[in-house]
Amino acid sequence: MSTLLLAAQQAGELKAGLQSIGAGIVYGAAAIGPGIGIGLVVASAIQGMARQPEMQGTIRTTMFLGIAFTEALALFGFVLFFLAKS
Amino acid sequence: MPLLGAFVFPPIDELFRWKDIWFDGSPLAINKTVLLVLLSSAFILIFMFSGSRKMKLQPTGVQNLVEVTYEFIDKGITRDVVGHDAERYTPFLGTLFLFILFLNIWEVIPGIQFPPTARMGIPGYLALQTYVIYLYVGFRHHGLKYLTGHLFPPGVPKALYLLVTPIEFVQLVLVRPFSLAVRLLANMMAGHILLTALALLTAYSLQNAPIIAIGPFALNVAVTGFEILVGFLQAYIFTLLTAVYIGDSLHPDH
Repeated sequence: MSTLLLAAQQAGELKAGLQSIGAGIVYGAAAIGPGIGIGLVVASAIQGMARQPEMQGTIRTTMFLGIAFTEALALFGFVLFFLAKS
Repeated sequence: MPLLGAFVFPPIDELFRWKDIWFDGSPLAINKTVLLVLLSSAFILIFMFSGSRKMKLQPTGVQNLVEVTYEFIDKGITRDVVGHDAERYTPFLGTLFLFILFLNIWEVIPGIQFPPTARMGIPGYLALQTYVIYLYVGFRHHGLKYLTGHLFPPGVPKALYLLVTPIEFVQLVLVRPFSLAVRLLANMMAGHILLTALALLTAYSLQNAPIIAIGPFALNVAVTGFEILVGFLQAYIFTLLTAVYIGDSLHPDH
């Protein structure tokens, strides 16, 4: 009887642990693409600013817009993180 | 004594859920979050009134700051992004910017250190407001053409509409408001959790091994400075995206 209880308890712990690992993988994987994407956006913006310093204001605004749109994918991962954990 | 043996991170509910202070249990209950929202609204009113009550040709003191803020919104966001004939949206965008900025800054005020924007209610409501406004502006100015112009963008091969139309529809109806709300929420929530974790780490290592406490403490100070930047940037991005969506509804061609 006690062995059975122990096994059930261990199964529950295993499930919770696997859930935590899964949630971590979900957010980690979701952050890879946007990370690369934001790097590309900012790199191009800096290049543009260096070539045409007089366009700095416009480029900066557009850069923030690009970052915001790229970031959205990471945010879906953030939401999935909370969904996968509970 | 084990190093950091007693370190237990509190569950997320404890960091973000506050007890009701007045009107306990009713829908009008007031807790710390609501109190901070009311307080920031009062601060914005005081700030704007004291800057614009006795306007002088040569601005001094608070009037200077108010004028700089207004110009920042009017030139940098409205005219650049919405369009040159769109001054009528400046009051809305300015209010949005100041409101989010004041709420975000509570995150680093000592003794309070809680950004009300880290609860879904406030970003969610603000995103819903933006959603209603840009849909209304689009349908008012272009009628049903607004929807068809978005769903069937010109210059795309006919067969590709099978792929493009569902994506555009989901983007217009679901992704825009959702990502707007979640972006603000996630950034403020992550900042709050990070600051809490570093403060707890400092406190525990101060009890167990005081020399190690220097690390988390220095990091905490640095992250606090970074969070001021993030609070400002998130207010700016929220306002900017709202302006972009409104501008897209006004002139969908470009």
